[in-house]
Amino acid sequence: MADPRPISVDKDGRVHLAAFQPNRDGSPWYARSLRITTVRVISQAFFFGLFVFLLWATWFSRLGGYPVSLFLELDPLVGFATAVSTHTVYRWLWRALFVLVPTLLLGRVFCNWMCPYGTLHQFVGFIFNIRGNRDNIRANRYRSAFQLKYLLLTVFLVMAAFGSLQIGLLDPICLLVRTFAVAIMPASDLAVSDLAGRMQRQGVDLDTTALLFSPGISEARVFAGAWFVGLLIVGLVGMNLVIPRFFCRVLCPLGAMLGVLSRFAMFRIDRDLTKCTDCDLCLKGCEGAADPQAALRKSECFVCMNCLDDCPEGAISFARAPLPVLDRIQGEIRAGTATLFGIPLKSRIPDTERMVPDVPRRRWLFASLGGLVAFPFLRLSKAVNARGFHEKAIRPPGSVAEPEFLERCIKCDQCINVCPTNVLQPSTLEQAGLEGLWTPVMDFSVGFCQLNCTLCSEVCPTGAIQKTPLARKLGLDEYADQGPVRVGTAFFNRGRCLPWAMETPCVVCEEVCPVTPKAIGTYDETITRWDGQQVTLNRPYMRPELCIGCGICEHECPVLDDAAVYVTAIGETRDDGRTLLLDTTKQANVETNSKVRRP
Amino acid sequence: MTDDQTAYRRASRRRFLGQAAWVAGLSATAGYAALAPPRFPLSLRDPDGERGKPKPARMRLPEGGYAVDPHPTAAHLGIARGQNIGKMVRAAVDAIGGIAHFVQKGDVVVIKPNVAFERAAPLGATTDPAVLSALISLVRSAGAREVRVADNPIEAPEACFVRSGLQQAAVAAGARVYLPAPNDFQILQTPGASLIEHWEFFARPFIGATKVIGVSPCKDHNLCGASMTTKNWYGLLGGRRNQFHQDIHTIIADLALMVRPTFVLLDGVRVLYRSGPTGGSLADVKPGHTVVASTDSLAADAFGWQMLLERTEQPLPGYFQKAHNRGLGEPEFRTLRLKEVRVG
Repeated sequence: MADPRPISVDKDGRVHLAAFQPNRDGSPWYARSLRITTVRVISQAFFFGLFVFLLWATWFSRLGGYPVSLFLELDPLVGFATAVSTHTVYRWLWRALFVLVPTLLLGRVFCNWMCPYGTLHQFVGFIFNIRGNRDNIRANRYRSAFQLKYLLLTVFLVMAAFGSLQIGLLDPICLLVRTFAVAIMPASDLAVSDLAGRMQRQGVDLDTTALLFSPGISEARVFAGAWFVGLLIVGLVGMNLVIPRFFCRVLCPLGAMLGVLSRFAMFRIDRDLTKCTDCDLCLKGCEGAADPQAALRKSECFVCMNCLDDCPEGAISFARAPLPVLDRIQGEIRAGTATLFGIPLKSRIPDTERMVPDVPRRRWLFASLGGLVAFPFLRLSKAVNARGFHEKAIRPPGSVAEPEFLERCIKCDQCINVCPTNVLQPSTLEQAGLEGLWTPVMDFSVGFCQLNCTLCSEVCPTGAIQKTPLARKLGLDEYADQGPVRVGTAFFNRGRCLPWAMETPCVVCEEVCPVTPKAIGTYDETITRWDGQQVTLNRPYMRPELCIGCGICEHECPVLDDAAVYVTAIGETRDDGRTLLLDTTKQANVETNSKVRRP
Repeated sequence: MTDDQTAYRRASRRRFLGQAAWVAGLSATAGYAALAPPRFPLSLRDPDGERGKPKPARMRLPEGGYAVDPHPTAAHLGIARGQNIGKMVRAAVDAIGGIAHFVQKGDVVVIKPNVAFERAAPLGATTDPAVLSALISLVRSAGAREVRVADNPIEAPEACFVRSGLQQAAVAAGARVYLPAPNDFQILQTPGASLIEHWEFFARPFIGATKVIGVSPCKDHNLCGASMTTKNWYGLLGGRRNQFHQDIHTIIADLALMVRPTFVLLDGVRVLYRSGPTGGSLADVKPGHTVVASTDSLAADAFGWQMLLERTEQPLPGYFQKAHNRGLGEPEFRTLRLKEVRVG
């Protein structure tokens, strides 16, 4: 008989570890730990680790060919929704097949085996779970509120069909990448560098490079609206304490898409009616609230396999193509005389499968109509309308024109993560409205667009920032005819400029202007100041033909709060309707470049 | 009175005394912390709000800087011309007394190249990686315990170090690269400086350092005329350094006071003669085939101005006179001992 203590010594002096005792049924000890759920936990840990590693590697000195946006490219909702909005599949988005095919075979395995956000929710729910068995079973029963995710998915896909891609608001990968980029990783860096600073003052000089997500910068990174992105994830993750896997069950549009697809799955959880005693213990750890104790909801099941572990009767298996057996039952269930293939039924609940999401047809229709009206409501906002988008909606170099940008950007903020100068910021409602919330815009009070850098275009998974070789950005070699990519144009505010308005020398702007010849020239003039001193002033002016809108002048301008030289989006080359100067070299191309613009 | 009641009263008296002790103890602690004069231990009292203000760490560089006694016989200005960069660096340093005069076994040496912009080396906006690499090897051959390469660039530091080739050159030659981090800056006190008596300084690489060597390219500068070995120290400043353009010549003179290096190298392998300090086109660069070593950065810079930038017609920029007036160097380099060598 096995000793219940973890370590015991028998009368012969032999040490026994409880961990290595055989099971009661005689099976060896490792049958306890080599369960399918253990494999699942290992898989979740691996994918979560890979997810964090790839975000860690999304930095200038670490890129080295890693597929840093892999999880976004694996996301079938990203691939499908951008295909709906653009009628194309960009670059690496075919990788979604790696998730699509397993889903068609096995159901929503992604949700509980790969998805890092699902792992986060499950882990938090596990750690902070204070419920007993009875309450766990109650918390894991299906609720009608779980329909909501299908309705949200419908709204998003209808909007995508019109050219407004909003899946990124709630898609779990986009949401988690964004939260890491904007809130979690900067917070971690803040803590690490603060600790390192304290150690350093104590005389301990640690090299923290590997611990920092963004090493080699002299000022801590800042992100517009980090508080909201950060508190949102705290709230969503915190909801696990109220309803387990709240986000996954109620909100996740990717889960909804995979749920719809899982009707085709060849494998599913199967309950043996001749063994099941209707004890409901399979619900104790059911992540998806998929009713394994009755008619399994294939669309809700995360394939977490906890029910296999929790079933005391061994009635549950993960089986290939099990058939609903209702019409094979003979006899009276209520009278207890029913048999299945001659074996008496124990379960009183004969249903075994429900293939499609439990959403009434009129609700699908309502959601579609919701998407239909949401599109014009959002697009009529001036911030994202071709007739007047915001002067500070300055998009990263290589971005496609605004209507196409809104078809592609999933607000994952990988570009913002990789940006070495921190100039890329998640847009607030001000620059890009609700439709463009969290899309990348440049804020030159924070950073500037570095001349020789094209990293944002490298990591963008959807081509909202089109892959842009450096030669194309700079307008060199075969791109010489097109000229450089301009993201805007700089203007001087002479009323705030030190040499123009304050008899004080300066021209930091000219010094840092990275193009050659420089886009900032000076009128040099020696004047007699108010106090009688002779002073030579180099009064700067713009040469707009040369300016690419990189904003380093604005960033370095000593008039910090409201810079005396500032960039706005006019003159950006991504849209022929946004030019500033008459360009005689482009006259011949007008016909091929102009296209009908949607409102 | 029953036994029960007695027991209850005893218990309640004990309970009362316990509570009273908590009340008294917490009140006394709070009262002490809030009311005890600031000089008392554990006092938190801040009568006028001054005590609560942050006190940033302050530092000083060693008295007299990192200079060593001048070599009795060697030249003040060593000029090496040629094609082989390794030989030029060695010859220039040999001319001013040889590396063994400046660096001894066990020294911790900070080398400050100019890595201000993300530019490839041939564009002349940054120190030539081959010069840096040769200098590190030279310093290590003299027995230095540790060689640190540090700069606080204007553009993204990692990108600047990599694109310029200086990261790879420094690491391959056996130095450690210090990129700036938010906590690496301290307030440096430079008594006698006009503008930077107290200023944020990239302090971390200097902790424990015993020698400092500057190695800068020779390049045009839109505002101060030319950026060479003296202006190079600007890259160690943090904070609102973009205000210094309002009095650029004074700040450069201050920089000469702030860092008194062991020696400096002026990398004239190529010269960015216009569109500085950023450049960006090979058309702005001309070959110089020269490396200059000196313990006097003003002399090295004056040589650069006249002989490399070839601006003999123009007067020296204002910062030369300002620094000279404070006894920080000799712009009239022809009055010093010169040694010019030609190597392969």
